[in-house]
Amino acid sequence: MLEEKVVELFKAGLIPGLAHPYMGQEAKAAGVSAALEKGDLVVSNHRGHGHSVARGVPEEAIFSELMGKDAGMCLGLGGSMHSTDLEAGVVFSTAIVGGGIPLSAGVGLALKLDRKPNCVVCFFGDGATNTGASHEGVNLAAVWKLPVVFVCENNEYAVSVHVSKSTLASLVERGKAHGIPGQSVDGMSVLDVYAAASVAALRAKKGEGPTFLECKTYRYTGHGAYDTGLDYRTQQEIDEWKARDPIKRFEQKLGVEGLATANELENIRAETRVRIEKAVKFAQERPFPSVDLLTKFVWA
Amino acid sequence: MKTLTYAQAINEALAEEMKRDKKVLVLGEDIGKLGGVFRVTKGLLAEFGPERVMDTPLSENAIIGAAMGAAIMGYHPVAEIMYMDFLHECGDQLVNHLPKMHFMTGGKLTAPAVIRTQYSLGRNTGAQHSQFFPSLYMNTPGIQVAAPSTPADAKGLLKTAIRGSNPVLFIECATLYGTKGPIPEDETLIPFGKADIKRAGTDVTIVAVSRMVSEALAAADTLSSDGISVEIIDPRTLVPLDTDSILASVKKTARLVTAEDSCVTCGVGAEVVARVTERAMDSLENVLRIACPDIPAPFSPPLQRAYVPGKEIIANAVRGIVR
Repeated sequence: MLEEKVVELFKAGLIPGLAHPYMGQEAKAAGVSAALEKGDLVVSNHRGHGHSVARGVPEEAIFSELMGKDAGMCLGLGGSMHSTDLEAGVVFSTAIVGGGIPLSAGVGLALKLDRKPNCVVCFFGDGATNTGASHEGVNLAAVWKLPVVFVCENNEYAVSVHVSKSTLASLVERGKAHGIPGQSVDGMSVLDVYAAASVAALRAKKGEGPTFLECKTYRYTGHGAYDTGLDYRTQQEIDEWKARDPIKRFEQKLGVEGLATANELENIRAETRVRIEKAVKFAQERPFPSVDLLTKFVWA
Repeated sequence: MKTLTYAQAINEALAEEMKRDKKVLVLGEDIGKLGGVFRVTKGLLAEFGPERVMDTPLSENAIIGAAMGAAIMGYHPVAEIMYMDFLHECGDQLVNHLPKMHFMTGGKLTAPAVIRTQYSLGRNTGAQHSQFFPSLYMNTPGIQVAAPSTPADAKGLLKTAIRGSNPVLFIECATLYGTKGPIPEDETLIPFGKADIKRAGTDVTIVAVSRMVSEALAAADTLSSDGISVEIIDPRTLVPLDTDSILASVKKTARLVTAEDSCVTCGVGAEVVARVTERAMDSLENVLRIACPDIPAPFSPPLQRAYVPGKEIIANAVRGIVR
């Protein structure tokens, strides 16, 4: 719902620059975050709004950042691709594909040296697994047994290029090649993601080292809010994935098992809609940062 | 005062800082048991143990990423990249991430990691193990750059770098590792952004970087017997750059020579000349950049000798502009 709003605001010219929607991939952020505890950390990527929402970053701070306003979580210096909210456990999200992987090894190193009972989750896409940095980072975390959970969100496309055109290997096998456990899970099922992430997080916290999770998923939009993705995909393919929508599937499951009524679900949707509208209004009313900010944080 | 080599001085700075602060870590290729390929980290593993002195795989991106990640979590890692040439291996973490972490996060993160590296020009190590390109990082806001020329500066600047709040690229010079110099017995921290006037003079200002400082000093000795008085400025840190000291000197001498082991185009000298020209054009009679030509470093010793600047080239150049 948040991302639908992002696309709308982007098209209206209220979100400058770039924005990469998460629609279709929600089960990863939600399932992984449900497996985490306070003190656990997340390193995110350019498609990171969902990760922030799932970790509890206030929507006001997210929309403000996206619009370049002063109340953004990075005061408007970051933009859509950068989020940091240490209280929520979001360390950083990088705009360089694969760049968060070496960084997450360093965060894991600090957790390990501090003897903290926590882990760090690093989210990245299928495209990232083709970068050298990704292999360096996973390998270092593996050989040093760092408390990192690598979550590869395989949405099949790196911008426009299908994963099959980029590698002959299965992504989970690539992860496992570094000598760590790996699992390929249905990334459209929040419960499957939750189950796998729970095992991986526990293993990390026990000092047994990282795990590589490949979550098979799909993004409904194109690479960015600005494109449909129909230049390189068919509507039929998009519709087939939409039929397996993770939110709808989970709602159905809750209904079938009697855990939530249709009314309760509708109430949640309505509340969320109100919350998002409120956050957008808040962000729109905030001022842009003053020009002083330009020089304030070049040096610590 | 005691006497140490440049390499020993750096080793001592690391050991003292690791003793002072448990959050100081050292990581890099071959830095543990071997003590680094230049033996700069010798003895640290035995003294501080494998949790604080970590050999890494040949993964420069992961080395910088690990240092940066630990730094944003409160550590003060000192990462070694074996040759400066290899910084291009980790350009993403070093240029796209590390210098921008504080800025991009609106000040929420700081990344006080020190990246130690060395350049080997002059050791016949060829085009891929010789390069010195500090100006690339002068063009990358958010990372400080130090290039010490003496053992005492190396020690004092490294201690300052480790205690600072910003990322630092600390560029050592392999041909200087064995050179000896006096080191204060007391703890001495050398501030960043404060040039050292190595020699006072009135006829020409030489701004010399790293290895070229001793070459400029040798040239100045020769030139003084010709009646030319040379002032030599070692900026010591290139970011921040002590422009005021350079300007004050040029206003006195009216002639500016820069000397560095980098390729000439867009090098440190280019920036120094530009700053002086912008702010003291009326005082300037002549400027000259001494640097390597825009050619990759050659291997064969006679070719290398023709390529690398030194005291004769400096002396001749100065004679040419002081008439």
